Amino acid sequence: MNRLLNWLDRRTGFRRIIEYALYENIPGGARWRYVWGSTLVFCLSVQFMTGLFLWMSYSPSSQTAWESVYYIQNEMTGGWLLRGIHHFTASVMNVLLVLHLMQVVIDGAYKAPREINFWFGLGLLLLVLGLSLTGYLLPWDQKGYWATKVATNIMGIVPLVGPALQRLVIGGPDYGHYTLTRFFALHAGVLPACVIALLVWHIFLFRRHGITAKDPNRKPDEYFWPDQVLNDAVACLAVLATVLFLVLRPWMFHTGEDLGAELAAPADPSETYSAARPEWYFLFLFEFLKFFPGGTEIWGAIIIPTFVMLIIFLMPIIGRWRLGHRFNVGLSLSLLAGVIFLTFLAMTKDKRDPAYKIAVEEARREADRVKALARSPLGIPREGAVTLLRNDPLTQGPKLFAKNCAGCHRYDGRDGMGNSLKESPSASDLKGFASRAWLAGLLDPQRIDSPHYFGATKFKDGKMAKFVKKDVAGFSDEQKTQLNKIIAALSAEAELKSQRDADRRDAALIAEGKTLIAGDSMRCSECHQFHKPDEDASAPDLTGFGSRDWLMNFIANPAHARFYGKRNDRMPAFGADKVLDDHAIGLVADWLRGDWYDPSPELPLAKQGPF
Amino acid sequence: METRDVPPQPARRNFLKKASAVFIGALTALVPTLSGLIVFLDPLRRKSQDSDAVLIASLSALPEDGVPRKFSVIAGHNDAWNHMPRVPVGAVYLRRIGDKSVQAFNVICPHAGCFVDYLPAIKNYHCPCHNSSFALDGSIADPKSPSPRGLDELPVEIRNENEIWVKFQNFRAGVRERIPV
Repeated sequence: MNRLLNWLDRRTGFRRIIEYALYENIPGGARWRYVWGSTLVFCLSVQFMTGLFLWMSYSPSSQTAWESVYYIQNEMTGGWLLRGIHHFTASVMNVLLVLHLMQVVIDGAYKAPREINFWFGLGLLLLVLGLSLTGYLLPWDQKGYWATKVATNIMGIVPLVGPALQRLVIGGPDYGHYTLTRFFALHAGVLPACVIALLVWHIFLFRRHGITAKDPNRKPDEYFWPDQVLNDAVACLAVLATVLFLVLRPWMFHTGEDLGAELAAPADPSETYSAARPEWYFLFLFEFLKFFPGGTEIWGAIIIPTFVMLIIFLMPIIGRWRLGHRFNVGLSLSLLAGVIFLTFLAMTKDKRDPAYKIAVEEARREADRVKALARSPLGIPREGAVTLLRNDPLTQGPKLFAKNCAGCHRYDGRDGMGNSLKESPSASDLKGFASRAWLAGLLDPQRIDSPHYFGATKFKDGKMAKFVKKDVAGFSDEQKTQLNKIIAALSAEAELKSQRDADRRDAALIAEGKTLIAGDSMRCSECHQFHKPDEDASAPDLTGFGSRDWLMNFIANPAHARFYGKRNDRMPAFGADKVLDDHAIGLVADWLRGDWYDPSPELPLAKQGPF
Repeated sequence: METRDVPPQPARRNFLKKASAVFIGALTALVPTLSGLIVFLDPLRRKSQDSDAVLIASLSALPEDGVPRKFSVIAGHNDAWNHMPRVPVGAVYLRRIGDKSVQAFNVICPHAGCFVDYLPAIKNYHCPCHNSSFALDGSIADPKSPSPRGLDELPVEIRNENEIWVKFQNFRAGVRERIPV
């Protein structure tokens, strides 16, 4: 063994290298306060290691970035842990960087001959911030997308070069494939290479000038090995424990969040994302920007931060004067206090803002939903996961309803999105439309002229309402039984997913009901058409009532002769007037009919919806 | 830097310190590395997709004289996060042997995985990469062929008189046995 090591040593000189690394003199002996630099090197190593492995499963393009991160996070064994460690180490590293910088300034470790090394350190700080910023976009989720848009738009307001710089960074006029390839090249190539180069110099200069001992006569001198190495190792272990704690927090406290790093819904430039916030360590800049009214953002976003960086940069020079060092310490402490205050302010404002809470809740709902859809047997289409949400009735239906229908209609008394409205409804409540329960309410003399049905429409005193209030009210028991058959038959026309079993079970009853609707005894066919053309029909066609086709056609044009014709009460022709396209009308129809992908079909309808 | 004397320390205490420094250091390095390795090794845990028989062509599309013809295999395919219900997943050579019977070969050369051509002039399958050559029945035609086995035959089923259904499969290259991948 020894001979082999000697052989190796003669050819590589490794013993001297190890000796050089381990036997650095520490005036005053090993101390805990010297561990910060080592923890930062540790964090960087963790990022390089985990980043390299993430790289092997990541695919930078706007149709595969979210998808590959989803796959890492949810499908690959241990992917959530790997991604979680990478994500939270970045957070922890930003804290440690600030601590390291503060210590250097307070201890005056930037003074001659260490000025240049101080500047290297500042360079490393900026590079790490750059890594954080570029990394935030790579999952291509709503959160990273909208936050990074803000950052690159700020870049665009830099005088002269801004617009060109912005275009170069995002690889074109808009966000797309090239934004990801460029951000990824920056994040995994350019910036890490710069970090390594600067870090080697930083450590080399540190060794050249030696440690800035706090009080060198406190204790006898010691070598770096083993006492300080042990301190450093324990500190790194504490950092690692913190990171693992943050990764496992949702599991330890049952918060219901994903383990590891969050993954929001896929980026979609056409979907609002009011929950957009930068990563927490950039929140202070986000809050700071709010103080600058339109046209003056450049002060908050560029001029003042650049000026502050410049002063920090000049600290070694300023520190030469007698009061200079005190100025430096005072300035950095007040900057830190300012940053903490602004971060705190941003967080409290969000906490007290109900609109933001709703936005966060909705963002989480969409994130959960898209993951459920991605796990469905159909999986993620090649066009990307963003289409899953765009084509999902459960996601789009409520939004479309709130925007287009909730002006008059209600869904369970609300606007579809779960918000209460101040105005009272002026058209029917469509929750459970065409279901047996809904129809039973419509045919109930007590309820037909309530605001839940026709109460706020011109049909309040129409033929149907009169028929229900007079004739149905006086129905004999036998007629009531027949009415129930009619309700079952009419509801079966809709072929609702939630009634599939009931419809199958009651096939005989439904057949009877159908005959009753078409016949004269129950008087439906006096006004309605049912499965055979009737030119005298003056009320909506009941053929396929509530089916996807019926509902889509109705929404497209309720004033069509097949439906209300000239009797139509205020409802716009959403299709004929091109307010909504077929795709959107189909989504509303599917949603109203409760027809969407459901990962757990055994749940009753009430528990399927998000509200 | 001036260097000052470092006082000698008791060896036993030093050993404990050194051992714990090395142990803790190794532990902190191990956790991120292992978390990456587990993900890296994930493909080993994935099972290959088991495909059902797929409809390739109709019997009438094959020449009566037993000359092979190449067909694409269109089937469902999972590629990591994408599930594609109908995409080309490979190709087969089909040839008639008798009236109602068909033989199917995977077009992939069992030697190193190149796409094998059929050369009508010599009535042989020929691999353009390393010159393996296979007879019409898939067996090795030229003993100098580097391929360890003949072309991989696939199970064929004739349904509804005229439909050729093939259970498509790929096999490990470079070995004598036919081992599905």
